[in-house]
Amino acid sequence: MELYELTIHELQDKLRTGETSSAEITASVFGRIDAVEKDVHAYITLMRETALAEATRADEAIRKGEIGALTGIPIALKDICCTKGVRTTCGSRILHNFIPPYDATVVEKLRAAGAVLTGKTNMDEFAMGSSTESSFFGATRNPWDLTRIPGGSSGGSSAALAAGECIASLGSDTGGSIRQPAALCGVVGLKPTYGRVSRFGLIAFASSLDQIGPFTKDVEDCAILMNVIAGYDPRESTSVPEEVPDYRQFLGRGIEGWTVGIPKEYFIDGIDPEVEAAVRETIKVVEKAGAKCIEVSLPHTEYCLAVYYIVAPAEACSNLARYDGVKYGFRSEEGRDLMEMYKKSRASGFGAEVKRRIMIGTYALSSGYYDAYYKKASQVRALIKRDFDEAFAKCDVILTPTTPTPAFRIGEKTGDPMQMYLSDIFTISTNLAGIPGISVPCGFTAAGLPIGVQFLAGHFQEGRLIQFASAYEKEAHLEKRRPRCHGI
Amino acid sequence: MENIKISQDEVNHVAHLARLEFGEQEKEKFTSQLNDILRYMDKLSEVDTAGVEPMTHAIAQKNAFRMDVVGGSLPPELALANAPESRGGCFQVPKVIE
Repeated sequence: MELYELTIHELQDKLRTGETSSAEITASVFGRIDAVEKDVHAYITLMRETALAEATRADEAIRKGEIGALTGIPIALKDICCTKGVRTTCGSRILHNFIPPYDATVVEKLRAAGAVLTGKTNMDEFAMGSSTESSFFGATRNPWDLTRIPGGSSGGSSAALAAGECIASLGSDTGGSIRQPAALCGVVGLKPTYGRVSRFGLIAFASSLDQIGPFTKDVEDCAILMNVIAGYDPRESTSVPEEVPDYRQFLGRGIEGWTVGIPKEYFIDGIDPEVEAAVRETIKVVEKAGAKCIEVSLPHTEYCLAVYYIVAPAEACSNLARYDGVKYGFRSEEGRDLMEMYKKSRASGFGAEVKRRIMIGTYALSSGYYDAYYKKASQVRALIKRDFDEAFAKCDVILTPTTPTPAFRIGEKTGDPMQMYLSDIFTISTNLAGIPGISVPCGFTAAGLPIGVQFLAGHFQEGRLIQFASAYEKEAHLEKRRPRCHGI
Repeated sequence: MENIKISQDEVNHVAHLARLEFGEQEKEKFTSQLNDILRYMDKLSEVDTAGVEPMTHAIAQKNAFRMDVVGGSLPPELALANAPESRGGCFQVPKVIE
């Protein structure tokens, strides 16, 4: 086994005994990047020099016995998290040259825990997409099949992890952007409760839905990263001053006697038969681990997509009003006066999907349409949240497929926005309700593409999700496979 | 006949509100795609929402207050460092009026 193939906790064991060093681990990861990045294209910006310096500092700290929660572990960041002095693009031309003057809170926390930052990963422009194809910097490829998409919008973070180009990574999830790419790349991805992780320094897409969360190789690593990034931040007024437990205490506890809700609305026509079979198999596995599965109903599920594609664009058109060619980012040289400069900068700075969503959002909020669209969507959102409250009165966790299909081909859905939106159909409700969700690998298709299963719980029940996912992972004995990009 | 939700004229108006502009071909494609998307939204009219309070926040939160004390802020040269053009400690823009 190469060092880049190991988990955080396996590497920590080796660092503690002196069997390896952060310099060796970091060199292994960058060696892997040199071998596969030209095919995968998971990164927008690599931070090789600072990473090597951070690794040296980590090794000095380890020699002195000062070991933090992530000392010496190479971690990649979605290029939506501001990094002081390092270009942060959000996958957009309009921010192609933006160098933040400060670190996001999660970046500060990773640095304080001793992490080695490998670079900034590729993403759909402004996190608007499900395939990482809308990035201004070109598409990322799925390491399991280079002709396919890695999911999105955090596809660079999931692909980098699956390909061994980092040991863990951070992404952001507004409608499934962590869980969907985690499922399609065969890794673990957690979207925390809204307010659990600070959004300070996260470039805003839809402020009532966005959350930052971890991508990891297993559930134990997920707990380790959550311990570092969760918590109240006085600089972020929607972060919640709720105590953060040690998430590692939930590992290996078992789920004997738990009740698992299976929402009938999530097993619909159009779900891929191999995905459905793999998810039905997970139901048997958790029953074997001592849980009882019951049918629950989330009756407003079929309206989630419509609600999301009003609420998220409405918030986005407001958040993206700041990109005007004045304070930072791209400015068109063609405008003769201020109004023309605004319009031309935005017209050529934003890509097609971002413009589509700005238009939908502006329309939905415009005078005469506000009640029919935004207000109506916000009312249905309340009913979606109520569905979850009623379901969680009957069960401890909910189990669903993460995605309706395995990874699709590059270019397959770029011409039809509605088809692309449908790939998030099982993940969107979580963000609307503000609850946490985790995607865990649950098998492969006959063609060797990963499949994910999603577990959901009530607000601030990340510990419960980690306990459940850890029990599933132990009971499932999933075959350890490596992506196909290995060795190319 | 297809149900037209948004006309090209409305697309022009909304584009102006959003400070965007489109070429003729792009505008046609966008109008057709926006109509598809808005027709899909019609699904919501099936839902009875009489008396339902709109939900605009993901979790119940009260207003977050802090003490009214002066804290740190970015020094002007850092705040201007990313500006496409700046002069005399200010952001510089093209002329606003003739």
